[in-house]
Amino acid sequence: MAHFDPNARPFSHQWLNERLAIDTLKRVLSTEYWIPKNINFLWAMGMVLAATFGVLLISGIFLLMYYIPDTKLAFDSVNHTIMGEVGYGWLWRHMHGVAASVVFLIIYIHMFTGIYYGSYKRGRELIWLSGMLLFVTFSAEAFSGYMLPWGQMSYWAGMVITNLFSLGSLDFQGLVEWIRGDYVPGQAFLGRFFMLHVVLLPLVIMALIVLHFGTLRIPHVNNQDGEEIDFEAEAAKWKAGKRKESKVIPFNPVFMSKDVFVLGIYFIFYFYLVFYHFEFAMDPVNFDPADPLKTPPHIYPEWYFLWSYEILRPFPKDPGLIAFGFAQVIFFFLPFLDRSPNVAPANRRGIFKYWFWILLVDMIVLTVMGKVPPIGIYTTIGTVAAWVFILLWVALPFITKMEKPIRGQK
Amino acid sequence: MKELKILAVVVFFTLVTYWGVEPYAHSVMHKHVEFKNFKYEDLKPITAKGDPAKGQALAAACAGCHSIKAAKMPAPMDPVTASATYGVNPPDLSLAGKLLDEKYLAHFLKDPTHTALVAHKFKNRPYPMPPMATDDQSAADLVAYFKSIAPKEVTPKEAYEFACGRCHEMRYAKWTQIGEEPKTKPNIQTKMDEEKLKFQEKLAQYKDHLVKYMGKLPPDLSIIVRARSEDFLKTFVEDPQSQLPGTAMPRVGLNKEGYELVFKRLEEVGDPSKPKREAVGPWVIGYFIIFTFLAYLWYKSNWKGLK
Repeated sequence: MAHFDPNARPFSHQWLNERLAIDTLKRVLSTEYWIPKNINFLWAMGMVLAATFGVLLISGIFLLMYYIPDTKLAFDSVNHTIMGEVGYGWLWRHMHGVAASVVFLIIYIHMFTGIYYGSYKRGRELIWLSGMLLFVTFSAEAFSGYMLPWGQMSYWAGMVITNLFSLGSLDFQGLVEWIRGDYVPGQAFLGRFFMLHVVLLPLVIMALIVLHFGTLRIPHVNNQDGEEIDFEAEAAKWKAGKRKESKVIPFNPVFMSKDVFVLGIYFIFYFYLVFYHFEFAMDPVNFDPADPLKTPPHIYPEWYFLWSYEILRPFPKDPGLIAFGFAQVIFFFLPFLDRSPNVAPANRRGIFKYWFWILLVDMIVLTVMGKVPPIGIYTTIGTVAAWVFILLWVALPFITKMEKPIRGQK
Repeated sequence: MKELKILAVVVFFTLVTYWGVEPYAHSVMHKHVEFKNFKYEDLKPITAKGDPAKGQALAAACAGCHSIKAAKMPAPMDPVTASATYGVNPPDLSLAGKLLDEKYLAHFLKDPTHTALVAHKFKNRPYPMPPMATDDQSAADLVAYFKSIAPKEVTPKEAYEFACGRCHEMRYAKWTQIGEEPKTKPNIQTKMDEEKLKFQEKLAQYKDHLVKYMGKLPPDLSIIVRARSEDFLKTFVEDPQSQLPGTAMPRVGLNKEGYELVFKRLEEVGDPSKPKREAVGPWVIGYFIIFTFLAYLWYKSNWKGLK
């Protein structure tokens, strides 16, 4: 058994150290958790996401105190009680709504950073996969949260999305009804999505965040040049006082200090949106109470789902669903579809450079086309963009296979 | 600097996406309706000079259906009975001269159905408001009279109740089509609120008549300012047919001041946090500017001599 000094004062440093190994924890998790020096502000997006999740969690807890998950009361509990009667209820709601939208902007920046710098390659596959699991869980969290105000868009988006589970011509109405707990979205539907949103999915997200951090520990984070760093040797240099020569920095306080600075800038932007530009995150249609007898003229998801929605929309029912399913899972396969051993920024990787930028632009085009009504030229652009998306992924193994190794990577 | 270039790329793609899904997509989804500044240019100008005294004599006929509280004329019927007769409770006319456009009001008195743009709804049944002026002169006299009795100051709440409140409830402000919800208390022994139930019975009857008259229950306007854009609201009120062809909503004929008062009411009920938001916003953002500045100093002190 470990040694416990009988004379150690309770809660003194020594006392805690003997019981919790706080010195070791501090070393492993912060002061000797090595981060490459050659990074830019995009490496702070993880911390920005963690902070935004914190904002969502805290604002969500405040909203939960007054929200009522009852189809007759939900709308007014949000729009009247929280927005008008509870002190600063409006602030928590706008913070929650805006953070829910902005968190996806940051997730996409974080993902495209990973794709651009090749941060999903050998050794880092689990970072990518756990991140993708987080993306999917956040999507489910966002969707379930969108049901809660029980406005027109909650109701009709709930209707449309749960209908997808009938799986086209397979016509699994039973499955749809099982998910809804009713023939149409109603009390059972609201109750279970409420549970998912406030209990189950947040727990899964927190567990996945721990996993995501865990997957980073051994391969370490990537750097701006995709350079393979001998972390032990570089850490030794740092500890020897050769801070300029060392290629690494400790997480705390050096990396943290930059993260906190980026966080500061991010929060200025975020609170600007919360106070002066929140409308983009709170669709006007959802300020009309749910009305099963009146379908809104345009039903569209929140902006962050639009690209995959647009991959569903231009095709006939069954192929559309297959394409939609493809779009949902294909990012998971990125580490295995990219056959090139090069860990480098996309702009140094031959054809992959074009692949990256076309993918980015294509997804933005899909996003915009997913919102405008599917008429005339928009249908054509949407269809082309959906095909481009699919073909890009089909082409990925081939173009990366052809890529010439750089810097002798194998 | 490299980081600024990267930031510029990120900001660029973010703004393009924003532009595409917000301003651009909405401009495609919602048809553009020209705002005409409550000028009612389809109506001919009325050149006749009105005489309030003559108007007063003519207005006696109005009191058969309308109350004119400013002239101490009470309503001939309670709202529910009135709605049973006319479909909707006729408005009190005290504010007509203040909130309605002069030209609109004159034309409305001559030809109510066409001026209110509800002819399509009243092909086979009479519009409850009959023409009250036979020529421009009598119309102008009536308008002059209503202007002479109208109060100088009108609150947003009064403007809403006059212009919208007999068809549209506003439950977040406890407003119903037959007036404010009375403050009642349940009987402590029986737990029943008899007075409230009686009020609700009346309201139910009124709504019944209203639905028959309008075709459907006009929406509650509690948070309509969040559900529709400012642009939609003003062009819709100015000419309901422009945004919703075939709607039973009449052109109310508000003047600019009248609309602004109504909008103020919609905003104070539908977006009550606006003043607080505007007061708190600068403090929070100021806090984070200071935070960021201090964080920058910390960052620079940590990264000094590292590169």
